[in-house]
Amino acid sequence: MRFELTPRASVSPVVRALAPVAAFITAFLIAGLVIWLMGRSPVAAFQVYVSQPLSDPWALQELLVKATPLALIAIGLAYCFRANFWNIGAEGQYVVGAVLGSWLALKTHGTEAGFWVLPVMLLLGILGGALYGLIPAFLKTRFGVNEILTSLMLVYVAQLTLDYLVRGPWRDPKGFNFPQSVTFDPSATLPPVLEAGRVHYGAVFAAVAVLVTAVVLGRTLFGYRLRLTGDAPRAARFAGFSTKATTLAVFAISGGLAGLAGIAEVSGQIGQLQPSISPGYGFTAITVAFLGRLNPIGILVAALVVALTFIGGESAQIMLKLPLDLTQAFQGILLLCVLAADALVSYRVRLISRGVAK
Amino acid sequence: MKPDVSSSGPPLVELKGISKRYGELLANDGIDLTIAPGEIHALLGENGAGKSTLVKILYGVIEPTAGEILWEGRPVSIASPVEARALGIGMVFQHFSLFDELTVAENIAVALSDEWTLSTVRSRLGEISHAYGLALEPDRAVWTLSAGERQRIEIVRCLLQNPRLLILDEPTSVLTPQEAEHLFITLNKLSADGCSILYISHKLEEVRRLCRNATILRGGRVVATIDPRESSAREIAALMVGNEVGEVRTSARQGTKGEMLRVEHLSMAPGSLHGQALADINLVARAGEIVGIAGVAGNGQTELFAALSGERLSDQAGAVIISGKACGSAGVDDRRRLGAAFVPEERLGHAAAPTHRLSENTLISHATTEVSRTGFIVLSAAKRLARSIVKTFDVRTPETDPQARKLSGGNLQKFVIGREIIRKPKLLIVDQPTWGVDAGAARLIRQALVDLAGEGSAVVVISQDLDELFEVADRMAVIHHGRLSSLKPINEWTKEAIGLEMLGVAQTQGTVHAL
Repeated sequence: MRFELTPRASVSPVVRALAPVAAFITAFLIAGLVIWLMGRSPVAAFQVYVSQPLSDPWALQELLVKATPLALIAIGLAYCFRANFWNIGAEGQYVVGAVLGSWLALKTHGTEAGFWVLPVMLLLGILGGALYGLIPAFLKTRFGVNEILTSLMLVYVAQLTLDYLVRGPWRDPKGFNFPQSVTFDPSATLPPVLEAGRVHYGAVFAAVAVLVTAVVLGRTLFGYRLRLTGDAPRAARFAGFSTKATTLAVFAISGGLAGLAGIAEVSGQIGQLQPSISPGYGFTAITVAFLGRLNPIGILVAALVVALTFIGGESAQIMLKLPLDLTQAFQGILLLCVLAADALVSYRVRLISRGVAK
Repeated sequence: MKPDVSSSGPPLVELKGISKRYGELLANDGIDLTIAPGEIHALLGENGAGKSTLVKILYGVIEPTAGEILWEGRPVSIASPVEARALGIGMVFQHFSLFDELTVAENIAVALSDEWTLSTVRSRLGEISHAYGLALEPDRAVWTLSAGERQRIEIVRCLLQNPRLLILDEPTSVLTPQEAEHLFITLNKLSADGCSILYISHKLEEVRRLCRNATILRGGRVVATIDPRESSAREIAALMVGNEVGEVRTSARQGTKGEMLRVEHLSMAPGSLHGQALADINLVARAGEIVGIAGVAGNGQTELFAALSGERLSDQAGAVIISGKACGSAGVDDRRRLGAAFVPEERLGHAAAPTHRLSENTLISHATTEVSRTGFIVLSAAKRLARSIVKTFDVRTPETDPQARKLSGGNLQKFVIGREIIRKPKLLIVDQPTWGVDAGAARLIRQALVDLAGEGSAVVVISQDLDELFEVADRMAVIHHGRLSSLKPINEWTKEAIGLEMLGVAQTQGTVHAL
């Protein structure tokens, strides 16, 4: 006995649009079951995870703050994934962007350096992330090394470098030996969008990235080039698109956006360098990119949803004593449900029992 | 010559009212087919007529929606190829399933059940090779073998299981004329020994030589069961296509003057592990003529196409000269800007992206035209272009602007060739223009190529189909082992001479400058 997937002849657009909704409901039911098995009330968990954050203004701001790096990174990853290149190292590119941008903040700390510091920091962040992303791309185009492995391994290199810097040369001398840098000057701090608000300008960058990417992927030859490279690489070469140039370009773009997310987070949210500057945004963004089906608007929505699970997870930890791992498990369940819904919309599952000749 | 066994006993296999439905499409519609023991029965039809579906049902690969299969008068259900083989049905597919790195004997042994050891395979291989003239060296690695030898492995693999019915799908499509001749002798011997053969082909001459009965399919139905020796090729073709097959009109050629393509001493290392190196290729194509390049698959055609299109670059800029400009090291787009256009062999995945709509597929070769001059895609222009290609080249589509994969092979081929011709190229290079395409589409495509040359363009046609080359080409050369023979006017070639060139036994000494 075995399962077989046969393509459906035609799929109505309504069903296709409803598929993610069905996936969400299924994911909530599975998560509810898990919580019930853990002896907690699924209803209370739903309130803590979903209802409360959405009705509390402070939590709503927090939602945008958390969604910002996720959206920025996932938008960049969409370029890679559409072209069928697997950048798994956005977390590392995020860290290197943060480190390179922060270098200027620390260099100019306590000086009279003016308004130019912040824009240059952001540019350095983009540059750092892009260059770090180009390492696996170069290794792939030059030596044929699998980019999944190299980009992933470079994450640990970046994280340990950051760790060394904040414990060693960049440690705040007056910081009571805590492994952290000095707090950035106001000229090196990304300001909030609204006076005294929590949401910094990174959210604006994310929104711009979403809009620009929607145009680039949907309306330009470059966007088509990525799709063609991903869907039919030989046809892409036949069209005159160099695979090498495409590889380098998408890694530079996704690395650059991850680097921007990193420096925006450090200068707008944390305000200093410390050993950990990300709760795994770079990895979660992979989930976000696929939840959003590599579509810029979809990614924006997915980033907000996943940010909600982060916030809900934190309060569930405090209020219901549910472990934080549950949040990650839920993100995984959600992704699986969305992917399964996509597959079931396009394919029919048949159970084949092996017959015998009569 | 052959024992007449059709009158005694029940037929070996009888298909009754076989139907197969795929969604909207009825691929097989109430097909009846009877094969007597020892008979060589032809199954004729265009691509898409339902031949493959029928054969797959018989071989247990797919399940029929309706109908009955009788094996020696007994109803059977064949749920898998394993069961088909257990009944005594063997099949040689058009595309071989062999491991290149393994030897002949190993390839045979892996496909058989566990009782077959390498040594039993080796000894039986000797017997069968001897009995049916299927010469094979058991310890040669498959990648060193020609297509004909590979096919012999597939046939021997079937014969080792003592089949009662052997199904062959387009067996001569990869063979030289001499190799095909050899195959016919083998098949006649098998038939004389009582093994029935279902012979699928679209080459009428072979069918008329080999078979006494032919079932002709069109649009999923049996349109006639005939004795092919008593009907002319034209009549049979008319039954297959449904209307009288017109011949390609030769257009009045404008004076052949300008040299559109010159290839000089082009050599190139193979691009992949078992690819073919190109060695000192020389070729000239002038405005207004069609140059044909014949040869058996795998002799460097793919590599030559890649070198001409610019998908692979030469170190020597002067190796490929298009419209007087040396561009051996210039990419596809640069060559397109010089007025060249290209159609690769693979329709899906190379010429077109399967999951992209036709309008998007125009971007592949029209990126620098009004479809996307500024870097932004003008969707309306792309749609308009796709519509006009569809209209001009009679591309039948299931919906407006469908995904490329939803088109049948013939219609997609008309689209990708039309996409290039509509650009009015000064030079068109086509690899296997009508491979696996139905007769109607093939005629339209050949006509389009002839017309393009008639309007003063140079056309290079790389093809395995000799009849096609004789129909359209003005001059022709044969490629073998990455070397190109001299380029001679088509009426100076005989089929025999071509066959010898294809086998590499003709005398081609010295470099040939065909001018």
